[in-house]
Amino acid sequence: MDFAIFIKILIAAVAAGTPFVYAALGELVTEKSGVLNLGVEGMMLVGAITGFIAMAKTGSLLLAVGCGMTAGMLMAAIFGVLTLTLMANQVASGLALTIFGIGLSAFLGLKYTSIALPGIPELPIPLLSDIPVLGKLFFSYDILVYGSLALLAIVSWFLYKTRAGLILRGVGEAPKSAHALGYNVVRIRYIAVLFGGAMAGLGGVYLSVAYTPVWVEGMVAGRGWVSLALVVFATWRPLRVLFGAYLFGAITIAQFHIQGLGIDIPSQLLSMLPYLATILVLVVISRDLTAIRLNSPASLGITYHPENQ
Amino acid sequence: MNNTPRLELQGMTKIYPSVIANDSIDLRIYPGEIHAVLGENGAGKSTLMKAIYGVVKPDRGRILWNGKPVVIQNPAHARKLGIGMVFQHFSLFETLTVTENIALAMDDSPRLEPLAERIRTVSADYGLPLDPERLVHSLSVGLRQRVEILRCLLQEPKLLIMDEPTSVLTPQAVRIMFDTLRRLAAEGCSILYISHKLDEIMELCHKATIIRGGKVTGYAKPAEETAASLARMMIGKELPICSGKRPVISGRKCLQVNDLSTKSADPFGTDLQAINFSVSEGEILGIAGISGNGQQELLYCLSGERLVDDKNLITIYDVPVGHLNPDQRRNLGLGFVPEERLGRGAVPGMSLTYNGILTAHRHGMVKNGLLRFRKAAEFAQQCITGFSVQCGSKDDPITSLSGGNMQKYITGREILQQPKLLIVSQPTWGVDVGAANVIRQAMIDLRNNGSAVLVVSEELDELFEICDRLIVLAQGRSSPSLQVQDTNKEEIGLWMSGMFPGGPKEKTPRTTTQEQDGYVC
Repeated sequence: MDFAIFIKILIAAVAAGTPFVYAALGELVTEKSGVLNLGVEGMMLVGAITGFIAMAKTGSLLLAVGCGMTAGMLMAAIFGVLTLTLMANQVASGLALTIFGIGLSAFLGLKYTSIALPGIPELPIPLLSDIPVLGKLFFSYDILVYGSLALLAIVSWFLYKTRAGLILRGVGEAPKSAHALGYNVVRIRYIAVLFGGAMAGLGGVYLSVAYTPVWVEGMVAGRGWVSLALVVFATWRPLRVLFGAYLFGAITIAQFHIQGLGIDIPSQLLSMLPYLATILVLVVISRDLTAIRLNSPASLGITYHPENQ
Repeated sequence: MNNTPRLELQGMTKIYPSVIANDSIDLRIYPGEIHAVLGENGAGKSTLMKAIYGVVKPDRGRILWNGKPVVIQNPAHARKLGIGMVFQHFSLFETLTVTENIALAMDDSPRLEPLAERIRTVSADYGLPLDPERLVHSLSVGLRQRVEILRCLLQEPKLLIMDEPTSVLTPQAVRIMFDTLRRLAAEGCSILYISHKLDEIMELCHKATIIRGGKVTGYAKPAEETAASLARMMIGKELPICSGKRPVISGRKCLQVNDLSTKSADPFGTDLQAINFSVSEGEILGIAGISGNGQQELLYCLSGERLVDDKNLITIYDVPVGHLNPDQRRNLGLGFVPEERLGRGAVPGMSLTYNGILTAHRHGMVKNGLLRFRKAAEFAQQCITGFSVQCGSKDDPITSLSGGNMQKYITGREILQQPKLLIVSQPTWGVDVGAANVIRQAMIDLRNNGSAVLVVSEELDELFEICDRLIVLAQGRSSPSLQVQDTNKEEIGLWMSGMFPGGPKEKTPRTTTQEQDGYVC
C-alpha cells in the first residue's frame, strides 16, 4: 500500500469517525452525570432523518443541524421524563427509546428514501491547507468535522476546568452527597441527558447530510451502539473517545480498501474487524483498574430517588 | 453568653410512612455551647439534624435562628445562615481531590488555587493538617472526616452539627477532634454533638437533650450526671451488662492463618500483607482496627467468598481450606455473619424461614434434594425465641425486621448450628443497646461451650468487653496478639494507626503520580 492511499484512508477515517465523536461525547457527558442512556442509536436515527428533511426542503445546513439537534433533544426529553421524573429503569427505557427511534425515523423518512442530497462542501483553511500532505490531512474538512473537534475541546474544558463540570462529575459520583450539599441532582441530570440527545442528533445529521447524503432506512446501522461502547472502553475520557472513533473509522475504511484489492478473506470477516480491533485496543490501553474507577461515574445507571433520604 | 439562643427548635415533627421519626421535639442551644443530642440508633437524631440542615422538611414545628423564625429551604440556605454539618456517612466524592470536594460545598464558586492555599493555612491553624491535592479515596477515614470538618470551618459557621463523629476514629484522633471542638466553642461557635457514647458526652458537652423513640425524654447537664442515669434516659431502663466469661481450658487451635497476602479486588481497597493469627477453642479473638484497613479483604478470604492461591495459608483444625468455597467451609464447622446484613447475610425478599434454610440446610432440612419445611420452620422458630427476635411471624420477609432484630436473627441462625468456629463482622453495627447485649452474650456463651469465635469490630468498648485476645489490623498488616487484661484502649488505639512492632507506622501524606492520571485527557 503506497503512501498516497494511506493518507487517503486517514482522511476518510476522520469523516467516518465524526458521527461517533458527536454521539459518544454527548453520551459521555450524560453518563458522567450518572445516567446511562442506551437510546443513542434511536436518537441518532431521528436526528438523521429530521436533519435530512430540513436539508432537502431548505438546503440550509444550519437549519438541518438545528432540526437534528432539537429532534435528538426531544427524544432525550422522553427518556429524561421516564427515568428522572418517573424513575423508570434506565436500561429498559433506553432500549425502548432506540426501538422507538428506529420506527419513528423509518416513518418520517418514507417519502425521502430515494432522494440524494449534494452533501456539504469542504472548508479548506486558507494557507494551512496548502501545505503539502499535512494540509490535506489536517486542514481540509467540512465544517462539521471542525465542529466535532471544537466539541471535544469544549467538553474536556467543561468537565475538568469549570465549576459546573465539577458539579456534574460530583452528581455522577455520589448523587446523595450532592443532594446533601444542596445540588438539584435531577435538574443537573436532565441537562446532561438533553445535551447527550442533542449531540446524538447532530451525529445523525452528519451521517445523513454530509457523510452519505442520502436517506436509507436504519442508516445509522449500529453506530449508536458503537458510540456507547466507545464511551465505556475509553473509560469516560474525552480524548480517548476521539481516538477510538478515528481508529474505528480508519479500520472501517482500510478494510474497504483491502476488499477492493481482492485479497481472499471473506468480506464478512473484514467487516467485523473495526468492532473487534477498536474494542481490543481501547481495552488494552485502558486496563488500569484505578484509572477506570477514577473516571467512571460510580452511580451510573442507578435510579436516584430524591425522597429516599 | 447572651440570652438569645442561637438556635431554638419548637415542636419539630417529622412523620415517615411507617414511623414518627421526630415527635414535637424542643431544643435550645446558645452561642459557645457544646450541646449533646443523645439517643440510640433509630431514636430520630439524624432526622432532626437533617431537618435543621434543610435536607429533610419537617412536617410541623418552628425553627428560631438567633431568635427569629426561619424556614430552612435547603442546605445552601442553611450554610448561608451559618450552619455547617459533618455527616455520619460522609458526603464526600471519592474520585475528586480535597480541594474539589470543598469547592463543591462552597456557594461562591471559589477559584481552586487560592482555595487550596486557604485549606492549607486553616487546616494547619486548627492542628488538622491536610494536603489539598490528594484524592479523597486515598485518605484514611480519619482524614476524610478532617475534610468534612474543614469544609465547614472554611465557611466560619455559627453552628456546627456533628453526627456520630467518633465512630470511625482511634482514641487518639478523638482527642484531637475534641480539642478542635473546644476551641471552636471558645470562639463562640455552637456545636450540636450527636452520639450514643455516654463517656464522650460526659467529657465534652455542656448540655444534653436526650431522645428516645422520636421524643425528648430529658434535658441534662452531662457533667452532673452518671453514665447510668444518662443511659436510663436514653434506653428507658438500666444499661444491660453481659454475664461473665467462664475460664475455659484453652483448647486446640481451630483457625490458623499463616502469612496470608492478597491483592484487593477493589482498586481502592487494601492489600493484605502477611497476616498471621490463630483462634483456639474456647476463646474469642478480636480484630480491632478502623474499617478499610483490610477487614473486608480478610473476611472474604476467611469466609471463602474469595479463594486464596495457596490452600495452606488458611487452615481449620489443620485442614487446609484456602481453596474451599463457603459451603465446603461451613461443612467443616464454620459459621459466618458478614457485616452487610441484607444481600450478604440474608436475602431481602425472602421470609425468615427461607433465610434460615440458606445456611442451616445441612442440619436435616433437605432430604433427597427436597426441602423439609417442618424442620426449617422449627429452626426459624428456635432462632426467633432463642434470640428474642421481634417479628410478626417466621413467614414475614426479613426486610420487615429492624436492623437489630435482623442481626439477632442472622447471628442466631449461625449460632444455633453450633459452629466450631464462628466469624462475626461488626456484630452490633446500628444495633440498639438491648439487641447488642443479646448478641454479645450469645457469642460469649458459644465460647464457653468450647467453640472458637473471631470478632471483627471497630468498637473498642465492645472488643474489650467480650474478647480474650486482641490483634489489630492496620493498612493490611496484622499486629501481634495481646491478652485483653494486659493492654488498654490507648495502646490498641496507637496500634490502630499502625504503630505496632512490625507495623506500617504513620506514613506522611504524599501525592502519587497515579493521582494525576485522572486529569489527563
